[in-house]
Amino acid sequence: MTNAPVEAIEVARAQPYPGAPDNWKRFFTFSTDHKVIGIQYIVTSFFFFLVGGLFSMVMRGELITPEADLIDRTVYNALFTMHGSVMLFLWTFPVLVGIGNYLVPLMIGARDMAFPRLNAVSFWLIPVVGVLMIGSFLAPGGPSQSGWWAYPPVSLQNPSGSLINGQVLWLLAVAISGVSSIMGGVNFVTTIFRMRAPGMGWFRMPAFVWSVLAAQLIQLYGLPSLTAGAVMLLLDITAGTSFFAPERGGNPVLYQHFFWFYSHPAVYVMVLPVFGIFSEVIPVHARKPLFGYRVIAVSSILITFISATVWVHHMFASATPSWMRILFMVTSMLVGVPTGIKIFGWVATLWGGKIRLTTPMLFAIAGFVNFVFAGITGIMLASVPIDIHVNNTYFVVGHFHYVIYGTIVYGIYAGLYHWFPKMTGRMYYEGLGKVHFALTLLGTNLTFWPMHPLGLMGMPRRVASYDPEFAFWNVIASLGGFLLGISVLPFILNMVSSWVQGEKAGDNPWRAIGLEWLTSSPPPVENFEEIPTVISGPYGYGKDEPLVATKGSVALGEA
Amino acid sequence: MTAERAIAQDLEAEVRQEQEHDEAGNSKFGLIAFLLSESVIFISFFVGYVVYKTTITDWYPSGVTGLETREPAINTVILVSSSFVIYVAERYLHDKKLWGFRLFLLTTIAMGAYFLYGQAVEWSGLPFGFTDGVFGGTFYLLTGFHGLHVLTGLILQGIMLSRSFVPGNYDNGYFGVEATSLFWHFVDVIWIVLYVLIYVWQ
Repeated sequence: MTNAPVEAIEVARAQPYPGAPDNWKRFFTFSTDHKVIGIQYIVTSFFFFLVGGLFSMVMRGELITPEADLIDRTVYNALFTMHGSVMLFLWTFPVLVGIGNYLVPLMIGARDMAFPRLNAVSFWLIPVVGVLMIGSFLAPGGPSQSGWWAYPPVSLQNPSGSLINGQVLWLLAVAISGVSSIMGGVNFVTTIFRMRAPGMGWFRMPAFVWSVLAAQLIQLYGLPSLTAGAVMLLLDITAGTSFFAPERGGNPVLYQHFFWFYSHPAVYVMVLPVFGIFSEVIPVHARKPLFGYRVIAVSSILITFISATVWVHHMFASATPSWMRILFMVTSMLVGVPTGIKIFGWVATLWGGKIRLTTPMLFAIAGFVNFVFAGITGIMLASVPIDIHVNNTYFVVGHFHYVIYGTIVYGIYAGLYHWFPKMTGRMYYEGLGKVHFALTLLGTNLTFWPMHPLGLMGMPRRVASYDPEFAFWNVIASLGGFLLGISVLPFILNMVSSWVQGEKAGDNPWRAIGLEWLTSSPPPVENFEEIPTVISGPYGYGKDEPLVATKGSVALGEA
Repeated sequence: MTAERAIAQDLEAEVRQEQEHDEAGNSKFGLIAFLLSESVIFISFFVGYVVYKTTITDWYPSGVTGLETREPAINTVILVSSSFVIYVAERYLHDKKLWGFRLFLLTTIAMGAYFLYGQAVEWSGLPFGFTDGVFGGTFYLLTGFHGLHVLTGLILQGIMLSRSFVPGNYDNGYFGVEATSLFWHFVDVIWIVLYVLIYVWQ
């Protein structure tokens, strides 16, 4: 018996983590450290955010005039398909998995995820998905043109006649992304259930960890349904089966059920971690405990369950019988209850707090205010008569962009600014952050608000040209869209230059409570010198109780 | 060796053992989460099957009246009993009786292989193909996807069997065998539902 493992761990701990110049290469390796993987996810997905954003810039450029004069209609179809697919499968999902990957083990006092190698494999599948999706521009007939939902019979058409076409590559990419997400889901759920530090009971777990758990449970029950639909669609295209082909006796509406059973809950997979970020950022920068912490924690799990019962609201205008419409109208509106609980919790946390309007705080507040608006239009869309009226119009586009951009992207920004000092050991430039925030806020509302009147007036979505009566609001939306494109630049500038030469931040610049702030910034390999023993909840602001038992009182490995 | 050093080594061994125990527990938890997730794929296919079967009027391709149930029933009995056989194998391993383990694991493999053989014989004799309407598609999709799982199970069992010939492999825990066995039970349960849906309910 030797002491080799212990010595190896000590050597590893003595090494500085990322900031050190000789250490940047580890981000390009097959690392099993959850912190490296987290940052790999975040940076990779940000690249795809820019790609997806570029697609939308071209689309908004086309829509600035009523005629289809900038690009071909088929190119337009390909662009809206790829914009949606890239933004969902390659930006929002992976970036949130990245933030979760970085934070969850730190927040629960674990040394790593439960399955570190599986974690690395999950990440390295994302570039494969990216190559397949973006590479489909080179496929015969170009990329898929059937929208990100790939409804048959449109998606069954194969004008190029080639077996390797854009739609097939798209389906393969989605399947691989699904494999990556299911492995991630298994990893997160196991980590959160089994690897919490001693003393961290369920109701001492940060709201962010609760929300990641809730989101990953959805991945586990929902994704296989999309996979089943994708496999059947793939067989229909390539092997000549007839599951969804109506002319051969198939049932295209069944595909919609498979698709939406996952793809509606998928929005909660994205928005729940963002709610978790709001729940972490707001108490820190308002110097108050999270109001109704337990209720907020449980409401995440409630959303997980209710979200499994709402998918048919995407199909009110498909061949859906009335009893089913009414049932799903009720369940869809029910989701408003747990989400409303969260919003009231954040408002009550802000109430009477010592609010510091830092960049993450600004993004968090604006993010949930945007979400209130998105929630109201969501309730409108959940009611069958309104949905039938605005079905497939820009009203729907406006609604979900308020969710996806106005809420989820804001939450991602809030989280990245808030934990930037933890991840890099350096502080970002506050002034540049506020410029970024102002441009984003203005751009978001200029781009997506006009879509609501457009939709009510009856402008259909997914068209390259439109009636001149819709021109005014389209010009505003396009200008807003370009502003949103510009708004990303100060963010990139801020992140890159702060990481290289920003002011040293110290271990806990926000004077926050939470296990992740107890370790050094950036955290060492294996996170903690000693696994802490938790003796109170994560939001004791203004209270006089310590979070963990004093250092050294509990030895490694004891429960 | 000093007394302190001996104590330190004892402590270290204890911590390591606890960690290993933890890792096996994590793996088991993770595997169960994965299998529950995977069962949703099968459930989706089953739901699809029920929807098709209850809504399509000319369900069977022309010239087909139904499926032969006798041979598949024998196959079912063999597959389901193999779940008990692999359980016995696991008990032998638990009691460190390696020869018993090998014998019963080999029996499981033989039974699983017979099941696949039986399915191949059945497929080759069927008067309809994969592209013969929705019935042909769902039939081959469901039985084929399940067959793929049987094959995976057989490969896992083969690996576990060959590992038993390396001395010391199963001295401190045998999560791989437990996982293989759990996977095999899962494959069996799926088959029972599949058999009832496709063969019994005609």
